[in-house]
Amino acid sequence: MLRRPISIADYDKQINQLTIIYKVFGEGTDWLARQLPGGQINVLGPLGNGFDLSGIQGQTVIVIGGGVGVPPLYNLVKQLNSQFNDVTAILGYQSKVSIFYEKEFKDLTQTYIATDDGTYGYDGLVTDVIRELRFSYDHYFSCGPTGMLKAVQHQLSDIDGYISIEERMGCGVGACFACVCQADNDKGYVKICQDGPVFHAKEVTL
Amino acid sequence: MNLSVQLGGLTLKNPVMPASGCFGFGQEFSQFYDLNTLGAIVIKAATGEARFGNPTPRVAETSSGMLNAIGLQNPGVDQIIKQELPFLEQFDTPVIANVAGSSEEEYVIVAEKLSKASTVKALELNISCPNVKEGGIQFGTDPELAYQLTNKVKNVSSKPLFVKLSPNVTNIVSMAKAVEEAGADGLSMINTLTGMKIDLKTRKPLIANETGGLSGPAIKPIAIRMIHQVRQVSNIPIIGMGGITTSEDVLEFYWQGPTQ
Repeated sequence: MLRRPISIADYDKQINQLTIIYKVFGEGTDWLARQLPGGQINVLGPLGNGFDLSGIQGQTVIVIGGGVGVPPLYNLVKQLNSQFNDVTAILGYQSKVSIFYEKEFKDLTQTYIATDDGTYGYDGLVTDVIRELRFSYDHYFSCGPTGMLKAVQHQLSDIDGYISIEERMGCGVGACFACVCQADNDKGYVKICQDGPVFHAKEVTL
Repeated sequence: MNLSVQLGGLTLKNPVMPASGCFGFGQEFSQFYDLNTLGAIVIKAATGEARFGNPTPRVAETSSGMLNAIGLQNPGVDQIIKQELPFLEQFDTPVIANVAGSSEEEYVIVAEKLSKASTVKALELNISCPNVKEGGIQFGTDPELAYQLTNKVKNVSSKPLFVKLSPNVTNIVSMAKAVEEAGADGLSMINTLTGMKIDLKTRKPLIANETGGLSGPAIKPIAIRMIHQVRQVSNIPIIGMGGITTSEDVLEFYWQGPTQ
C-alpha cells in the first residue's frame, strides 16, 4: 500500500503529539482508522513547506477551508492568533453531518460555517460568505478542493493570499513528478509535495 | 561478502539500483540515505527539449501496485547535463542516464549528448514508455524499429548501452534478440504494463492520460517470467526490475540471471 499524504492539523511540542484529521475515504484511511492506541505507524515527514507567517502580525486575516482542507488551518489560526492578528475563519462543508472542528475553531476565533446543501449555517459556498461579509483583509489563507481554491483565488485576487493545494502524490519528496502544478516561475511548474503544498496564490495556475 | 557485479563493462559495488523515473535525479533521496551505497544510479529520462508531461492526476494506487502516467516530464537533456548531473559527481556510484525521444533523431541527439558527459557511465535506451503519444513505445514493440534505433544510438555513443524493454509485446524474446543483434550491451527488464483504473464516482478513467503504466509487486511475476524467457536465448546482462520491495524479491531476480 502506498503512503497517504495527510496534512498536520495541530501539534504540541511539549507532549510530542501530532494531530491529523482525515476522512475514511478508501483502503488507506480505512486501515489507519483501524489502528489501536499504543500501536505504531510508519510516518515520513513532515514534508514540504507550510504557511509562512513571518511578518504577518497585527493584521486582518481571513482563513478559508473546505471539507478535508479544513484541518491544516486549525494550527494556522492558533499561530495567527499568537501573532496578534484579527482572524476570521470561513469553513465550508458538504452537509451538516460532515462538519467537524466547529467548536474548536470557534474557541479560537470568529468562525462562519457554510454547507453546500444548506443543512447547517450559511446555505451556500464559502465564496458566498466572503461576498456577504464585505470586510477588507490584508491576507488570506486557504485549503480545500481545487474548485474552491480556484474560486477563492479569483474572488480575492486583490489580496495577498496563500493556498494549500491537494493532488494525488507518489513519492512525497519531489522525485516522481506525480503532483506537479503549472506555475508562473522559471521552470513553468512546481512540485506540490516538495515546493508546496502551500504556494502564493499568484504563483500557481490551478 | 563481495556483491560486486560486472555490467556491460561497468563494475558495480553491488547489483542494487533504482529504476529510472522512480528516483528523479538523485537529490531528493540523498536526504534519506547515502547514495554511495547503491550499485548504480539510474536517472529520470531525458528528452531533446524540456517536457511538461501529462495533466494530473498522474498516479493511482491499484491492487499490489500503482499506475503512473507522468509523461516523461524533464527539463531537457542540456539542462540535465548542466543542472542535475553535477550533484551526482560527488558519489562513488556510476550514473546510468535514461534516453527518451519521440523520433529516431531525437533519441540519437540525446544519447550523443549524454554519452559525452563524464558523470554518465552508461546509457539506458527507453523504448518502452507507455505514457507519451509519440515515440517511445512504437520503438519498443517493433523488433525492426528497435534494431535500427539501438544500432544508431550505439554508433554515436562509446558508453555501454542498455535497452529497456516493454512488456507490452506478444514476443519479448524477439525484441531482446533484435536489440542484442543491434549491439546492446545489456537489457533492462521490464518497463510498466499499460493499465487503466476507473473512478467509480465519475465513471471515467481516474488518470488524466486515461491509461498509465502499472508497476509494483503486481507485475513482479511477469518480469521474472520474461527475464527467464530472454535468459534462455541471450547472454548479455539483464538489469531486472518490477515490484522489487524485499531482499527475497532481489534474490528471486538474482537467481534468474539478471544483475539488479
